[in-house]
Amino acid sequence: MDTVTYGWGLPPNVSAQGAAVDQLIIIMHWFMIVLFVGWGLFFLYCLVRFRARPGRKASYELPQTKLPKFLEIAVVIFEAAVLIGLSYPAWSRLKNDLPKPEDAVNIHIVAQQFVWNIHYPGPDNVFGKTDPKFISDSNPLGLDPSDPQGKDDVITVNQLHFPVHKPVLATITSKDVIHSFFIPVLRVKQDAIPGMKVPIWWEAKDTGQFEIACAQLCGNGHTLMRGFVSIDTPEQYDAWMKEQLAELTPPPAAATQPASTQPAAVQ
Amino acid sequence: MSEHSHEEHHELGFIRKYIFSTDHKIIGIQYGITALCFLFFGFCLMMLMRWQLAYPGDALPVIGTWLPERYMPGGQMTPDFYNALGAMHGTIMVFLGVVPLAVGAFGNYLVPLQVGAADMAFPKLNGASYWSYFVGGVIMLSSFFLPNGPAASGWTSYPPLADIAISGQTVWLFGMVFLITSSLLGSINTIATIIQLRAKGLSFFRMPFFVWSQFVTAFLLLLAFPPLEAAAVMQLMDRLAGSSFFLPSGLVVSGTALQVAGGGNPVLWQHLFWFLAHPEVYVLILPAIGIVTEIIANNTRKPIYGYKSMVYSVIFLGFMSFIVWAHHMFMTGMGTTMSNFFQTTTMIISIPSVVLVTCLIISLWGGTIRFNVPMLFALAWLPMFGIGGLTGLPLGLATSDIYLHDTYYVIGHFHYVVAPGTIFALFAGIYFWFPKATGRMMNQTLGKLHFWISLVAMNGVFFPMFIQGIAGVSRRLHTPITYAHAQAVQGTNVFMSLSAWVLGAAQLLFIINFFISMKAGKKVTSDNPWESTTLEWATPTPPPHGNFDKVPEVHRGPYDYSLPGGATDFAPQNIA
Repeated sequence: MDTVTYGWGLPPNVSAQGAAVDQLIIIMHWFMIVLFVGWGLFFLYCLVRFRARPGRKASYELPQTKLPKFLEIAVVIFEAAVLIGLSYPAWSRLKNDLPKPEDAVNIHIVAQQFVWNIHYPGPDNVFGKTDPKFISDSNPLGLDPSDPQGKDDVITVNQLHFPVHKPVLATITSKDVIHSFFIPVLRVKQDAIPGMKVPIWWEAKDTGQFEIACAQLCGNGHTLMRGFVSIDTPEQYDAWMKEQLAELTPPPAAATQPASTQPAAVQ
Repeated sequence: MSEHSHEEHHELGFIRKYIFSTDHKIIGIQYGITALCFLFFGFCLMMLMRWQLAYPGDALPVIGTWLPERYMPGGQMTPDFYNALGAMHGTIMVFLGVVPLAVGAFGNYLVPLQVGAADMAFPKLNGASYWSYFVGGVIMLSSFFLPNGPAASGWTSYPPLADIAISGQTVWLFGMVFLITSSLLGSINTIATIIQLRAKGLSFFRMPFFVWSQFVTAFLLLLAFPPLEAAAVMQLMDRLAGSSFFLPSGLVVSGTALQVAGGGNPVLWQHLFWFLAHPEVYVLILPAIGIVTEIIANNTRKPIYGYKSMVYSVIFLGFMSFIVWAHHMFMTGMGTTMSNFFQTTTMIISIPSVVLVTCLIISLWGGTIRFNVPMLFALAWLPMFGIGGLTGLPLGLATSDIYLHDTYYVIGHFHYVVAPGTIFALFAGIYFWFPKATGRMMNQTLGKLHFWISLVAMNGVFFPMFIQGIAGVSRRLHTPITYAHAQAVQGTNVFMSLSAWVLGAAQLLFIINFFISMKAGKKVTSDNPWESTTLEWATPTPPPHGNFDKVPEVHRGPYDYSLPGGATDFAPQNIA
């Protein structure tokens, strides 16, 4: 799946964990349709049958019907079933069953106006220390230059690569304002909030090129905060990572922001 | 009583009578006219945005050249101006349009009449509430003249973006403080009026449902707004006094470290904001349900089905609305305990809404339905609110919200609740009570034209939002077609914009009808042209200062239509 064709309806789901999200969306929409059509037909029937006509009188007596009671009970049972059967377990799986770091691709995602910085720990699989005081144009995340574990760290801008069929464990934060990290095809969304580091995970079941969107208003460049996702085969991923590491020789984080993604006026 | 008010009436000059009035009806009309102006203005902001969304980057012909260069250089909308329009559209529609119209205008005008009182409990407080609202509105509008434009951080004003934003945000916060104060003053007044000034015999369960809806709404305003007022002051302090309530340590904005104390938490604002803003949703919708109930009872000529369960539902809704707020925040990194709690309360709050809609639909059964203009709007409210309510369900479940959160699906959902939902009910109310306030009927043909065009156009604007949301289009994008998944549904944007402009044109019919009917509409031949049962129709038309010729006494429930054995098919509450 190298190119996706987007259309009306949900985009294709290329993640292993996203099926639960889709399932719930679809079930809820069927429920909505059934309720709306049922109500609607009854409503239209009433409008026609009980329209004012000469000689007809309205009845003071209220209809004796158990219909509302049955409807209420049906709605309660359905909602309880959806909550307990689908939504609770799916959410707790996402939040509590984080993959073990040693089994996963570990990354940090650091949002800023108006790009996504992706931080890979490199071959040692340990992230170098960061501190805002080291932040500069050539060091967007403030990697501590004296930390040896940071020497092999790879930082990309708006380029998220990871291998298929392997869980990705990402920690999300922001340098400035709140952004929201959204990959539609992976059914992944998480606010990037400064001062908070939120772990999320996903696992792709298909390769391809997709996009990252920002879902939270973050300033005048919100609309331009588009990132790129490349879900690679393990071989492609290793090759890509080698390339990035080769570019690392002198200082860390040679990746700087391409000028084109910087809007002229930044709030 | 009426003698006394009659004398007072003559002593008042123009300014005391029409400008700084203490008469609840004048204040209600002031609220109504001001709010309608703001509604139209807020809608115009949106019609501008719809140009950018339908034809991204194209120069707006004619109108684009009238707007300042700093907003639309060469007729092209800047992202800053787009964001400003979005923030101001939301703020104006909610805080300056719908709430003042639903609560300020209808509440003020009708609650004293329907409970059989001569005025609100605190007439001067009532005037103060209107003028506080007016000042808040002027402050908001003035921000368009600032060199950098008005607030542009969304109507939700999430920090840190709002904390570090341009000066328009400060003006927004000052405006909000006045608007909140206005609502607080109004809510105290409504509560006191309903508890203390009910006519003899008007027990709580004989109150028209509209009064119940205003009663619960007033409690929501009273209890939910103070946290936002506190939050607004905290954000002001962050912006002006160097505090860091909402700013964590280590912020780096455009490559420069922010010189602030730090240690704050941006999510705190969201909790405070939504603690108000979720009950606020019910502040918008409850008066609408109240209006619709009155009109449905009147035009089916029969009592409302399940009046008592509707009252209990509305009280329950009021309580529950205080414990669902964090369903707006599932994506902030919430764990299982919090999310399970808020998903559950959100599902629970859907139950009383289902009760309300079901009772209103069953109320049609066995009636003789008159399809006049108020009734058309009230009837259309049912399926429109139905769509708005139902689409809240997948957003209220944390798991499906992962995908739908902050997409156009959300915008479609709450616009169905507020626009063809609440605003349709407000139109219904205006057409219904216009003859009481002016002594003249609004034109029914223009009204029907207004209704049908609005109904079709509203759905044309809002329904495609669900399609866009399902396709994954984020909200608040100046140029959505930046994204491949948004390009696929760009065609809907053109359709929605055309619908929005048609909708705008249809409102001209309403405006024309409103003013012409005021001067030249058909005069009502009775004080009770709709043959209604509630007390407001027992007053002279229009009601004088002091309202009732003789103090009314209530002998029956609010909806005694088609009582067997009666001479007419309605039995007014004040007639034994």
